[in-house]
Formats: sequence, C-alpha cells, structure tokens
Amino acid sequence: MQEIKKDYKPLIVAFCCNWCSYAGADLAGSSRLSYPAEVKIIRVPCSCRVNPTFILKAFQRGADGVIICGCHPGDCHYTSGNYFARRRMSLLFSMLDYLGIERERTRVEWVSAAEGAKFSAVMNDFAKTVTELGENKRLEDLRCKN
Amino acid sequence: MQRIGVFVCWCGSNIASTVDVKKVAEVLKAEPGVVISENYQYMCSENGQALIRNAIKEHSLTGIVVCSCSPRMHEATFRRTAESAGLNPYMVEIANIREQCSWIHKDMEEATEKAIILGRSAIAKLKLNAPLTSGESAVVKRALVIGGGIAGIQSALDIAEAGFEVDIVETSPTIGGNMAKLDKTFPTLDCAACILTPKMVDCAQNEKIDILTYSEVESVKGFVGNFKVQIRKKARFVDEKKCTGCGECMQKCPSKKGLNDFNMGLNTRPAIYIPFAQAIPNVAVIDPEQCLKLKNGKCGLCAMKCNVNAIDYTQKDEIIEREYGAIVVATGYKPISLENFNEYGYSQYKDVVTSLELERLMNAAGPSEGHLVRPSDHKEPKVITFIQCVGSRDTSGCGKPYCSKICCMYTAKHAMLIREKYPDTEVHVFYIDVRTPGKNYDEFFRRAVEQYGVDYVKGMVGKVYEENGKLMVQGADLINNEQVVIPSDLVVLAAAIEPSPTVRKIATMVTASIDTNNFLTEAHAKLRPVESPTAGIFLSGVCQGPKDIPETVSQASACAAKVIGLLAKDKLKCNASVAHSDETLCSGCSVCANVCPYGAITYVDKEFRLGGGKTELRRVASVNPAVCQGCGACTVTCPSGAMDLKGFTTGQIMAEVDAICKR
Amino acid sequence: MQKLNELALEKAKTLLANGTVARVLGWKKGELGYDLEPAVFYSESDLEGFIYNAFSGANLSKYLIEESKKEGKVLVFLKPCDSYSFNQLVKEHRIVKENVYTVGIECQGKLDVKKLKEKGIEIVDGVIENVDDVTVISLGKEYNFVKEEVLLGKCSVCEKHLLSYDEVISLHDKRTPKLDRFEIVKKLEAMTADERYAFWKGELSKCIRCNACRNVCPACNCLKCVFDNDASGIASKANSDSFEEKLFHIIRAFHVAGRCTDCGECSRVCPQAIPLHLLNRKFISDINRLYGEFQAGEDDVTKGPLTAYTTGDAEPSEVFGGNK
Repeated sequence: MQEIKKDYKPLIVAFCCNWCSYAGADLAGSSRLSYPAEVKIIRVPCSCRVNPTFILKAFQRGADGVIICGCHPGDCHYTSGNYFARRRMSLLFSMLDYLGIERERTRVEWVSAAEGAKFSAVMNDFAKTVTELGENKRLEDLRCKN
Repeated sequence: MQRIGVFVCWCGSNIASTVDVKKVAEVLKAEPGVVISENYQYMCSENGQALIRNAIKEHSLTGIVVCSCSPRMHEATFRRTAESAGLNPYMVEIANIREQCSWIHKDMEEATEKAIILGRSAIAKLKLNAPLTSGESAVVKRALVIGGGIAGIQSALDIAEAGFEVDIVETSPTIGGNMAKLDKTFPTLDCAACILTPKMVDCAQNEKIDILTYSEVESVKGFVGNFKVQIRKKARFVDEKKCTGCGECMQKCPSKKGLNDFNMGLNTRPAIYIPFAQAIPNVAVIDPEQCLKLKNGKCGLCAMKCNVNAIDYTQKDEIIEREYGAIVVATGYKPISLENFNEYGYSQYKDVVTSLELERLMNAAGPSEGHLVRPSDHKEPKVITFIQCVGSRDTSGCGKPYCSKICCMYTAKHAMLIREKYPDTEVHVFYIDVRTPGKNYDEFFRRAVEQYGVDYVKGMVGKVYEENGKLMVQGADLINNEQVVIPSDLVVLAAAIEPSPTVRKIATMVTASIDTNNFLTEAHAKLRPVESPTAGIFLSGVCQGPKDIPETVSQASACAAKVIGLLAKDKLKCNASVAHSDETLCSGCSVCANVCPYGAITYVDKEFRLGGGKTELRRVASVNPAVCQGCGACTVTCPSGAMDLKGFTTGQIMAEVDAICKR
Repeated sequence: MQKLNELALEKAKTLLANGTVARVLGWKKGELGYDLEPAVFYSESDLEGFIYNAFSGANLSKYLIEESKKEGKVLVFLKPCDSYSFNQLVKEHRIVKENVYTVGIECQGKLDVKKLKEKGIEIVDGVIENVDDVTVISLGKEYNFVKEEVLLGKCSVCEKHLLSYDEVISLHDKRTPKLDRFEIVKKLEAMTADERYAFWKGELSKCIRCNACRNVCPACNCLKCVFDNDASGIASKANSDSFEEKLFHIIRAFHVAGRCTDCGECSRVCPQAIPLHLLNRKFISDINRLYGEFQAGEDDVTKGPLTAYTTGDAEPSEVFGGNK
C-alpha cells in the first residue's frame, strides 16, 4: 500500500437509485447525519441503470472509490432492476479484483428510503476505507500503449 | 449555442448558512455556456420562480440549473416554472446542495466547494439534455381498496359516490375492521356499531362497490392508471350467493372450541361461523383447521342443516384477475404482542387485559353481553387500574418508539364509562403524559378527572403481581414522589398499535416505500400525506401512521379525493424519461427484452436505406413509451449502446462523472 | 485426417452442383502451408483452393452474419467450437438460420503456428494428423509432436462437441482434453492482488489496439462498436490518455460476458500474444460458480446469465474468488 499523504482526501462517486438510496441520502440530509464532502452523488433512476463503463470511467478519471446504492433486493421500484445490477456488479467487481485492483474500492450497498442513518454510516465507512487505501493508481495505469 | 441560466437558492438559511451561495453563483457563471447566474433567498417562492421565468425570457435561455434542495422536492416545481416561460420542462437540472451538501457539512469552505462541483455536474448534464415530451396512457376507471376497516370503507364509499367502481379486498370474512370491535367512541360516546354498521351496509348496497372478503392480494403488476392485480379468494366452503346468514349451521356445529377472534379470543365459536351479527357479507365461513368434516371427513352436519345448500366442502381458493387505475392501501393496525412486557403479567394473569379486550368485555354484543366482569371468575371488578404507554414511546427496543396516539383518549373513555355505569368502582390510571389535542378532546379528559373522579397517577408501573387474590400494581407516583401499590381486580394495558403485519408484503407488491416502523411513507410528510411516492398508490388510515377514527375518516376521504382526481382523467401523461433504441445501432439481438420488467420492448423488421438505391430489412428493438417506466435495465444490457434512456442518457451520466472527477 | 478434407470437398461440390446451396463458406489454402483464411467459394473451380486441415482454426460462424443475408443458401463447415458460436448468433438473431446449410466437421484440435515457429518450423509442406499426435513436414524434414505441445491454447482444453448441423462429417470420436480449462484462471486467482496487477499490466501494455480480437470475436457482432461511436461516451480517440485506450479490454470482456462461448479466437489472432481469453474465462468461471454452470451457445433459446437472476443471488461483497 502506498504511503498516505497527510491531508489526502479521496474522490468518491456514489451512484444512487432515485427511489430508495437517493431518498435515503435526502433523509440523511434532513436528519443532519453527516458524511464526508468527498462523496458526490449521481442520481440514476435505478441501480440497473449503472453501466460498468460509468464506474470504469470514474476510476479512470481519478475517482478513488465508486459505490453503487440501490433498493434492497425485493424492494426495487421497478421490481427487478437491482437483481440485474447485483449480477452485473458482482461480475464486474470480481473482474476488477482479478486484474489486481483493490477490491475495497468498489462497493454495492442496499439503502432504503428510510435508512438515512444507514446511508450516512455507509458513506462514512466507505470514505474511511478508501482514504486508508490512498490514491487509486492502478486503474488509471492499466492501459494499452498510448 | 447553449445559453444556460444558473439559479442558486439560499433556502433561507438552510443552504446559505453553510454554503457561500454568492460564490457558488459567481463561480458557476464562468462555466462555458452559462450566460446568467443568480442567487435568491427562496427560488421556489413565487418571486423566485418569477426571477427564473424572467431570466429565461430575457436571456433566451436554452436550459436552467437550479442549485437548491433535492430534486425529489422541487424538480417538478422548477420544471413547471420553465414550462410556463416557454422552455421545455426537461431542460431543467437540479443540483442538490441542501440535503446532500449544506445539511450534512459544517465547514463552509468545504460545503461551498462541493456545491460548486455539484453545480458543474448539473451543468455538464444539462448540456446534453434534449427537450422531451411525454406520451399518454389510458386510465382504467376502477379503484382497488386493500383493507375493509373504517378507512377502506370510507375511501370506497367516497370513490363510489363520485361514480367510479371500487373493489374492497379484505382478508377476514367480514368488513368492519377494528372499529367493529369497539364499544363506544370518543369524544361523543356514541356506539361504534351504530355509526359503523350503516356504512358497512352502504358498501354492500352500493352497486359500484364489490366487496371481496376472505381474500388477499396475490400480485400487482403495471403502473399508475393500469394496474393488473391478482386476488386470491380463499375458500370459505360456503357459497356466498346462497347463504342467507340464518345461523342455523352455527347452532348445530359440534366443533365449538375455536377461539373467537372477533371477541379477542375471550370466548369460543363454532367451526362454521359468522364473525358477528352485523357482518358484511352476512355469510358463514368454515375454519378448515377446526372443521371435523374438512379435517377427517366425518361430520357434515352443517350441510345437512343448511336449507339453501350453501355448504360446499370442495370449494377451492380462486384467483381473480382485475385491472385498476388506482390502489388504496388501508391495511390498518393491530395491537402489538405483549410478550416483551412480562412485568405486567399479561400472559400470566387472566385479569390483565388489553384495552381492545376491555372493549369486548364492555360491549353489549361481547362475551359478557356488556356486563363488565373479570375474565377469571366473571365477578364485577371493584378496583380497575389502567396502565398507559405499554410499548408506546419505548426506546428500549422492547416496544415502539412512537406514540400510538389513541390510547390517552380511549383510556379516558373507558375510565369514564366504567365510573358512569358502575359508580362504586375505583379507577386508577398510570400515565407518562396525557396527550389530548383535538376538538373536544381535552374537555373530555378533564371530565373524566373532574366529573367522574378518575384517579390519574403520573408515573410508570414497575410490575404487576398477585397477592391474596388481588393484582398488585406497583408503580411510581412522580407527583407525590412515592412508590404506590394499588391492589386491583382488573388491570387494563393500553398496548401500542402497529401496522398490520400484511403491509410489508403489500408495500413490496405495489413498490411503495415503508419506514422502519412498517408505516407506509407519504410522498411528502406534510404536503402529500395521502399519496405514496409510487404513483397511483394511495394511503388511507393507520397504515400511514397512528390515528383515531375522526382522523382516519378525514384521511380516507382525502385519499378518495386523490383517487377520484386520478380516475377522472381519461389519459395520463406518461413518464417522459423512457428508453429509446437508436435503430442505426441496434442489431436486434433481443437481450434488452429479456431484462425489461414491463414487456415494453418488441422487435420489428424495418427497412433501412443502404445507399445506392439499395435497402435492407433489419430487425430492431422498439420501445412502447406508454409502458416503459424508465428503469434503464435495457440500456446496460445492450452491448452496442443502441438503447439509451432519455433524461439519463449514457452521455449525460458520463458527463456528470467527468465533471465530478475533474480535480 | 486427410480423409476429412476429401469428404468435405466432396460434400461442397455435390451441394453446389445440385443447387442445395449457392456458395460455400470454408477455409482457403495460403502460401506457407499454415496461413489458411476463411473464404467463400461459388463454383467447383473456386473449390480448388478449399482445404480443411490442422490449420483450419478460424471460426467461420461470424462470417454468416453477412453471408446468410444474401440470396440463396450458404454451406458452412462448423467445427465443434464454431457450432456454439453459431447457436449464440442464431439466438441473437444475427444469422438467418434458414439460409444456412450446416455441416458439422470432426476436429481433434488445431495447431498453433506461433508454437511451431518457436520450434523452428517456418514453412509447412504437409501434416499427418492423428488423434493424439501430429507429424509436421517442413522442408523435407518430419517433426513429430504430442498434440499438447503444438495445439492452440483453446484446443488443448476444448470440451465442446458438435451441436447443430444438417449433416456431419466425422470419422473418429473427439479426443478428450488433458488440461483443465480454468487452470490458469485459478492460478491467477491464487496470486496476490499485486501479482495479478503486475501480470495484467504487463500483458495489457502490449496491446497495440489493432482490434483483431474484436474483429474476429463472434460475440462482438454489433452493427457499430461502442468504441467506434463517439456518442457512446467511451470512444474518444483524440485524447491520448483516453478512456478507450485504457479499459478497452475490460469493457469488451464485459460486453461479451454471458454471451462468449469461449471459442478462444481472441487469443488466437492477437499479434501480441496477449492471453485475452483469460478475461472471458474469468467471467465464465465466476458465472459457473455463482449462478450455476452455463455454456453460451449450447442452445439458441436459454436466457444468458446476465439477463436472468434469482432472488437469492450472491451479494457483490461476497463474490470474490481466490486471493485478496
């Protein structure tokens, strides 16, 4: 693991589904439950809208951690979206791990609209984990010849 | 060339106290494409909206970014604002700098920096927005009400009154719900049956209302205006059309030891029964667990006795499929189980009862025909002690954190009724606080204390134990600062109420949000209290939160008004954010249809020009915009990127990622 | 095995002559004996160039996307692995099945030219092929090899059998592979993340983005590849550190996940000898482990594992195989 700069702040992209997790993030906000400002949320209609290319793009552009949040399995607003997302993300994360990318840089969490506290806790924990890992160099470097 | 306007809201001090709104506006003004950037105290106010409207016209804006509260709050507002100024409503993006910024960060510099990034991200997305128009879908002019308590009954009656057809689906064999079990109602003390049963009869007689009792919702598909619902009509082993409710069968049934649910298990009923005299429908039902004929084939007395041949031991569950435009959830409540409250001796002593059991004990149609006696020895109790907040306002984890809201008033009612009818009975009430807001409520409570001499003791009860044939209630009297022990004949527990256990399953089926206490969530806690965030799903009664009868009825009517508003429309505007296939890229591989939960994708053979006068017939995906709900599952499964989602295009999301990740 | 060539040629001539098919999709002789390439033959005289031998490794099914659209039927020879790709393409509605006459043809594994070159063989004059060994004649000398020494990587682990065909040409039972298909995947999984990273960085850095893998892959059959589509947001050629350059192979592997039949063409054609099939095989191995055994192309109807789900699927946090 690389040495962590003292004032290092990671860049974290969180994809949140509109119906559960984005609402959970709103609830965290209205309950004033803080989490690091490094976390930036992108609203998607459903976790199944998250294309692996979004995640790879985020990493390649310098994100240090990417988290996908959706409704709990069984609670998807569109009934099955998060089940597809779960398979896709499972395979993608396993592939990134296979390529030697730190597996802690990616995460999927199911956060309901009622779980503002969970949302905040998850983001705090994820930010802490990614901060400990330090800057993401591996995905940025994994390339063909320019 | 794009001409973008940025509007930064202060939200009073909600945003402005943590985010330097002027700086955000100033920095975002320098973004390419931005021609105007303003800040204002309340963008959502009329003045704020006027500011936006004027700017759109004056600067010929092609799109706007509003940095404000969550889009879940005011996206619709600002879209209307844009539309009224002649801009396509989908040329609006919201940067959430309140819930996801000012409210969770304390450091002004940090929060301001984040707000700027969120603003940039919204601008980046907006640059790729395209004007969208909504399609339309027809509305099925029929409503489904799940639950036949007073909430469901009131909603159904109001909807039917407006001329629309309504089905009530109720799990138990009769409608009426908890209210049918009550004796008198506060604050007027009129009898519950006298005001409820006429409404039940109205339901039965209204030709617009179809009552499906002993039935459960099995599955819900579709969307607002077009739900397809499967209902399981459980076998009642009695032909509803033939049964006259004469009750002859009940007399003759030899298996009489079933617990009478209607009387809270305080007495027994036969295997074939009608829950209570005024049941709607007034039709018998056989409990298959208890019926000798159904269990081991030996008996058949009821069938022999029935003059109209209504008994049918071979009846099977039946699945009915119906279509609805709107669904009302009115699943109600039940008192919590008291297994976590052994200190009150509920499971140990017969004479420790819940308030709902007391209702039956005092009810003229109850097990003791209205004569208040102790369950153990059927003697009149001389000292009765009430314990309030049993499991309500409980943060220990044993009960519920919320106030059940109805207990203070019904306890005062019970105390008053007992003192009225049995003046020589001593009545004590242990309470934490007495909460009696409501019209004529506090006056009612004061009457119990002042006029009827009910002894209110402020304090919690530690335990209830038996000594010399008395139930000793040991508690604290906080006002006199002493421990008290009250030897009592009957102890009544005001058990907390919780949402019906079926509600979670139903919420999942209709994809409605639910909170940690299993109450359904409103679309807006204050402004849209009778709607679920899921379009077409409405909330009636206690399924949304604890409430008493007047409040339940008001909400049920409000809910009906919303349903009527929906059903009155012939067409609904569809979601404009739907999937769309780029036919020049689509290779017709058909994986997208595999993941579409709505069956919105079909394939057609289309002719394409190849140049040089040649054409080619090619299979391509086609999305039905009235059916597509815009989840985006297809967009990711499509390998060629032909499928995209309007409003959340791959390019837009990529642009957001880019903007956020730019260091 | 020489007999197979004769039978195939005979079949092609007959079907062309009696009008059953209008053309034949097969392999054409090259200059050096091993440099065969896919070709379409329209007449008996055309067929003089036809050959089926130990170097007929190329998967012909992808060519059917265009060939099956044309007027008249096309005869195609499908090796076992090709028949899976064929099914998959039929499932994806990319081949007009009615326009294809399929002849399944025996295959006991094809030779890897790179491996022969490593053994000093530059020109091939003839091949005598048996089920488990092979003799290569080069400039008058005979070289005898055990199959595993010179087979294409994809062939040495091939467990596939002929699936769908109108007719079949086969003289021997198919040899059973002696190696485990997932052996190297498992080896990589057992490495530390650092080692894996070093391995892949080394391999993927060799890429020259010639697109040969994509062009040959039967699963890469989009009308227009996302990497060639500026509007897709992932193609941006002008940018030197562009996204496309870096993550091309990961995205390509993901796009074909659940659809890749493991035909191994990507690695066969890679001029830089990058073991690209190990990316696809990782997905296949994960799919088998997490969602049950699945072989893409085994039939032309079953839903792929990424377009299906069960409510009890593993959570992404618990799917990692192997070492951390």
